[in-house]
Amino acid sequence: MAVASYKNHKTFWHRNRIAITPWLFLLPGLFMFLIYVILPIFQSIWISFYEWDGLSPKNYVGFENYLELIDDENFYTSLKNNIIWLILYMLAVPVGLFIALFLNQTVTGIRIYKSLFFFPFVLSQIVVGLVFTWFYNPANGIFAIILGFFGVEAPSILGNEDYVTYGIIAAGLWPQIAYCMILFLTGLNNVSPDQVEAGRLDNAKGWKMLWYIILPQLRPATFIAIVVTVIGALRSFDLISIMTQGGPYGSSRVLAYYMYETALSEYGYRMGYGATIATILFLIMMVYITFFLWRMYQQEKEGA
Amino acid sequence: MKSLLLALLTSALLFSQTAWSGELVINFDGPDPAPKKAFEMVIAAFEKANPDVKVKWNLFDHEGYKTSIRNFLSANPPDVAAWYAGNRMAPFVNAGLFEDVSDVWESAGYNKSLAAAAPSLTIDGKKWGVPYTYYQWGVYYRKDIFEKMGIAVPTNWKQFLDACATLKKGGVTPITIGTKYLWTAAGVFDYLNLRVNGYDFHNDLTAGKVKYTDPKMQLVFDRWDELVKPGYFVKNHASLSWQDALAPMVQGKAAMYVMGNFAVAPLKEAGLTDDTLGFFQFPEITAGLAKAEEAPTDTFHIPAKAKNKEDARKFLSFIAQADIQTEWNKILGQLPVNNQSQVADDKFLKAGFNILNNAKGIAQFYDRDAPAAMAKAGMEGFQEYMIHPDRREKILKRLDKVQKRAYK
Amino acid sequence: MFPKPIEKSSEALQRTYKAILPIALFIWLLPLLAVMLTSIRSAGDINAGNYWGWPTEFNLINNYTDIFLNSKIGLYILNSFKVTIPTVLLTLTISCLTGYALAIYRFRVNMFLFFVFIAGNFVPFQILMVPVRDLSLQLGLYDTTTGLVLFHSAFQTGFCTLFMRNFMKALPFELIESARIDGISEFKIFRYIVLPLVRPALAALAVLIFTFIWNDYFWATVLVQGDHALPVTAGLQSLNGQWISQWQLVSAGSIIAAFPPVILFFLLQRHFIAGLTLGATKG
Repeated sequence: MAVASYKNHKTFWHRNRIAITPWLFLLPGLFMFLIYVILPIFQSIWISFYEWDGLSPKNYVGFENYLELIDDENFYTSLKNNIIWLILYMLAVPVGLFIALFLNQTVTGIRIYKSLFFFPFVLSQIVVGLVFTWFYNPANGIFAIILGFFGVEAPSILGNEDYVTYGIIAAGLWPQIAYCMILFLTGLNNVSPDQVEAGRLDNAKGWKMLWYIILPQLRPATFIAIVVTVIGALRSFDLISIMTQGGPYGSSRVLAYYMYETALSEYGYRMGYGATIATILFLIMMVYITFFLWRMYQQEKEGA
Repeated sequence: MKSLLLALLTSALLFSQTAWSGELVINFDGPDPAPKKAFEMVIAAFEKANPDVKVKWNLFDHEGYKTSIRNFLSANPPDVAAWYAGNRMAPFVNAGLFEDVSDVWESAGYNKSLAAAAPSLTIDGKKWGVPYTYYQWGVYYRKDIFEKMGIAVPTNWKQFLDACATLKKGGVTPITIGTKYLWTAAGVFDYLNLRVNGYDFHNDLTAGKVKYTDPKMQLVFDRWDELVKPGYFVKNHASLSWQDALAPMVQGKAAMYVMGNFAVAPLKEAGLTDDTLGFFQFPEITAGLAKAEEAPTDTFHIPAKAKNKEDARKFLSFIAQADIQTEWNKILGQLPVNNQSQVADDKFLKAGFNILNNAKGIAQFYDRDAPAAMAKAGMEGFQEYMIHPDRREKILKRLDKVQKRAYK
Repeated sequence: MFPKPIEKSSEALQRTYKAILPIALFIWLLPLLAVMLTSIRSAGDINAGNYWGWPTEFNLINNYTDIFLNSKIGLYILNSFKVTIPTVLLTLTISCLTGYALAIYRFRVNMFLFFVFIAGNFVPFQILMVPVRDLSLQLGLYDTTTGLVLFHSAFQTGFCTLFMRNFMKALPFELIESARIDGISEFKIFRYIVLPLVRPALAALAVLIFTFIWNDYFWATVLVQGDHALPVTAGLQSLNGQWISQWQLVSAGSIIAAFPPVILFFLLQRHFIAGLTLGATKG
């Protein structure tokens, strides 16, 4: 009897081994991902229909938080800044390409140059933020000193609503350009020499060569560079938190920062409203994620 | 032999009993040397007065405490917790996380001796905590510069404006300020408002009973205009912290600072002395209006879920005593709330003690009296106004909108 | 090769190129050089406004010992290691398993799960913030390094699964098939045949994840608030509040905070770049 059931068990396992094993492999990862990533997304959306200060019980308010958001100037300021971030952050892609082209040579020591150019990417955004805050200091920053050299009085970049966002973006571009550069350098490594030669025979030179022969081959690198830059732009939290805390008077906020401020900062603890902002940010990101997944899906279909 | 054993046994039992029931857990957020030292002194005195109580205290980082109190009050409550008076304690009172301690106030006549702080610890007619220290706000100024330019200490608005004009003409920025972290601008606003419209109006405004577009608010901003438009505040203040803004004053490039008394220590550390640094009460604006002052008050509370409420009450009562507050605040360099206490021999503290004891009322501070969402929007508005005074109407309308939501 | 190799150009152009290289690098790294220079300045220089000139004295040892003795930066660094190293190990373990399952086995929801992992990886942190903080509070993991480790490991699993799955997919499938025919168990195939082959991918991921987690600031502020568990990024921000205008200390602190990932980067550069540029050459 015992033997028989053991035998049964074994054959069941044996028969379904290939079907069951992947789930055993997936179990820890799926479990963690579900608990910490997937479920919280739905919880946040759920919380966005409540008013909740994190202390008292949650209070269902329907779409009230969303109605408030539509009428919230801070929300539009943040959204506008998000768009400025997205657009200007894209500069990292062409500039990264430019530096990559500049460094794609084989002179002695070029490898050290390449890695030193890439270096800023390894730094924490906290460090980058602190350094640039100091640069922009109107009293003694290098920016003020350089302008002073030309006889111009430096504006207080981080204290001026018209400059502050651009100042922070410039700080963010520094490591981001390095990132794009390394992607393009790798891409350039794999450009087919035959095609370049063929192009040369066709008398393609300079811009023409770049546009018609090189760039098409760099398409994967460009795609990844755009992907990481968009993500970087939408996640622009650290620098704002370090450099201005959203100021002056909230003019450098982006959605990510505004959400944090609303939900967790000293003057915040409006978890429901924060979750509403997060939900909107999530929906914006979803458009983009869907596009990315769709492209991946096309590739997988081709590959399979 | 037997009796000895019994005695030993009972004493052991007794000992373990008191050790168990008499542990008092206190959460406190003063990690800097002076507050820490002062608190150690208080704990030692309390344990001496109550030998059966053993105090265990957790020291928190000042900023982190604002987050952690929200967690520990419900998850892992101590028996006593440090916090602030005014609207800052309202969320915890409303969520039922603080204990009503009106009985402590009754028990030893504290309703009289702590009267100055009573309104800011009262919600729904009950008292929710006990104050132990506060400090005055006012105008700190460069005495030597005033003397050199022949400026007398201004007591009314006209004299104050004249002083600013003289300073400006003499190449000195009249007022230094750093509004990067916003609250400094609220200090200026509070004082203008207290002097133009008075204490009750301040309370009505922070309680959401008056609109920001109220004609009386226009008067406040008219006065503020008289400082902002001629450029009496230091330039680039939006990128300075309050500490950064000390530098122009130390260097003699600016002459006045509307600040709390905690600015005295770093100013002296940077080289100013009793001869070069002075203090005056914020001048009168509306003639004859009784003067109220800003004096943010630090307090202790009993969490509603505390385990040892009996000893916690003993502790709260203990720290309200006049002699304890005297010693405590001598070390802190601040003012005792108990009006029977003595104040340290320091010209700034003495001036402050005098002013506060004669004040019509004590305001906590804009960001402690108004609810969080309103405070944040309001302070951002003040900062924006100080850079763009022409946007006054737009800002006030926006604040009305926030007010409507924040006081639902 | 594009652009045209410089050695095929005129002598003059070659020389110009070689001259421009260090100048460009200098400008590019100017922020960093300024920080390094400042970190060895004396307080006197800073107070006298000598921020950009030659230092009057070199306080290298003073400043660096100063911040270790008078601030908790040593503790913060330790906390960062306590968060980063377990996260790297846990993430690699988990994503090897998930990557293997998604790369080797064919089952109905394979592609769906793969996409869920990728999509999750792109999600804005803010949508997770409130629930994850709540969960950590309920599990008693708020304000602990363990809480950070668990969250980071879960979140990074998305990216690492994508990485491992693509890497394993490129392995010769015949190896696994023939092992199956020989009757070797699925787990043994994974352990003895696949794992040794993915070592380069593991190295690349380890370096990359280490850097990501080390530099994390957002989650450190959301899930931790006390010094005992604060990683160096958030610690540096709080020290910045204490070191008002003492730029020599802020700079020295920044350099110390940046040190571990920088060292790792220079030691394992090849792996690092391999990890980052995955997908930049194909697809």
